[in-house]
Amino acid sequence: MGAEFVQLSLTPLVIAVLAAVTCAMPGNFLILRRQALIGDAISHVVLPGIVVGFIITGSVTTWPMMLGAGAAALIAVAMIEAIKRLGKIEPGAAMGVAFTAMFAAGVLLLEQSNTASVHLDVEHALFGNLESLIWFDGLGWASLLDPSALAQLPPELFRMASVAVIMIIATILFWRPLVMATFDEAFAASVGIPVNLLSLMLVVFAAIAAVAAFDAVGSIIVIAMFICPPATARLLTDRMGVQVLISALVAAVCAVVGYVVAGYAPLWLGFDNSVSASGMIATVSGVALGLAVAFGPRRRQVAG
Amino acid sequence: MFRSMENPFAKPILVASEGEPVAPDPAIDEAALTVRGLTVAYGGSPVIFSIDMTAPQGTMTAIVGPNGAGKSTLLKGVLGLVPALSGKAAVFGAPLAAARHRIAYVPQRAGIDWDFPVRVADVVAMGLYRELGLLGRVSGQRRAKIVSALERVGMAAFADRQIGQLSGGQQQRVFLARALAQDADLILLDEPFAGVDAATEKAIVNVLRELRDAGKTVVVVHHDLTTVAEYFDRVFVINTRKIAEGSVAEAFTADALHAAYGGRLASAQLSELRAPAA
Repeated sequence: MGAEFVQLSLTPLVIAVLAAVTCAMPGNFLILRRQALIGDAISHVVLPGIVVGFIITGSVTTWPMMLGAGAAALIAVAMIEAIKRLGKIEPGAAMGVAFTAMFAAGVLLLEQSNTASVHLDVEHALFGNLESLIWFDGLGWASLLDPSALAQLPPELFRMASVAVIMIIATILFWRPLVMATFDEAFAASVGIPVNLLSLMLVVFAAIAAVAAFDAVGSIIVIAMFICPPATARLLTDRMGVQVLISALVAAVCAVVGYVVAGYAPLWLGFDNSVSASGMIATVSGVALGLAVAFGPRRRQVAG
Repeated sequence: MFRSMENPFAKPILVASEGEPVAPDPAIDEAALTVRGLTVAYGGSPVIFSIDMTAPQGTMTAIVGPNGAGKSTLLKGVLGLVPALSGKAAVFGAPLAAARHRIAYVPQRAGIDWDFPVRVADVVAMGLYRELGLLGRVSGQRRAKIVSALERVGMAAFADRQIGQLSGGQQQRVFLARALAQDADLILLDEPFAGVDAATEKAIVNVLRELRDAGKTVVVVHHDLTTVAEYFDRVFVINTRKIAEGSVAEAFTADALHAAYGGRLASAQLSELRAPAA
């Protein structure tokens, strides 16, 4: 745990933890609303938006990506409506068609765009590029106290940290109406809670989490972060507040364990190369959920 | 005073018999719920059509009608939970937005995910939303309010249970406790007796009667015609359109039920239903 760790692993590890916690916040509400797959859908739909945002501005910065992702989500909604109405196709199938088509378009765009200069290529977009988030100036633990070294931290860290803070604040602020609207929408509406606006906000926040986590874990694996930690937590408690806290803890532990296992376990086993950190984080999340399903004290059905 | 002289169920528009205008006393003369021309449609065909309804203060009304007659939709239309094509509802003479704090709504139990990770006390606390707001804490006096609401429905011992561990009847009592915590003047309940045990049904009816006797107004979507005359003092018969409205003696007639249910009630059933009211 010396200088090399600080330089190569500290930032990716912190970003992975922040991304996992960020996605777990809206994920808790999505699974209780039987909307877990919206997280999956969002992560697919935003890819072409992110790529177009990049092509237009030529840089991987937050706002073009967010705006592109938002535009892509709107186009997806319009497409789903059009497919449903014009093609007379049932909503689930219409969604499936729209999301897959847009995701595929995003992959094609990505291959054709000139992204050689930055770390935006197909593999990274799908599986993340945690390992590349190196802190070059982090020469040891002392660098954490060195302002000039801190200034050189990868910008992804600040982006992820601010989104994580926003997500936690929003969860606390809207906790009561969100829980009420998720549990009993008709009653919530009857006391004047704007339930439709709240549903929309939840999806928007899930989209923000998905876009922010895109750097860390890519657009495919982000779905594991939406579903696995909250679903695991659901099986361990019958209290909503406790569930959200456990889910954040599970998310953070999975991120750390996944990152460490991906980086070092293959070497311990005698292989030459480490494996994808985000892939391992998702796998560890799946294992955590499997353990909760097998041994959790509250083994009831969790909707997918 | 006019209440005793006039038909108390008439429209709340007051003109003295001699033609002198009388200042309306809102506490007495304003109906708890007034619906005028309410029409709600789901994709094309209306579910309820041009409904007029009045629930005077301090009464207990059953909304009855066959399946699909629009009973639940009427409540949802009043509460603005479904968009109305036309018409309006007034609560104590005020538009809905200004009167939400005076209404408690108990939705159907069937539409709820009872696996949800909340405890009984958490559900009842939801009835305090309007005073708690986003970040208000449930403490002291409010906790006492929750406990007393649970005591009134006989569920105080279950405050810390997860709601999924309760029976259907217990779940319904918790929903009623949530409505009690709202401390409302108009209580709207959608099928509160569906799938509950006999003891719960009695307990709920008793609480609703206490509310009415305390001057509150209770409106219940009800499916069991055999108990209408026993439980309620007013009835509203609906099948998309209003069929009849008034005291049980006036409106709960064989003609009205025949018009609402058509051939679905045998004449033997109809005569049996009239017996308790006579």
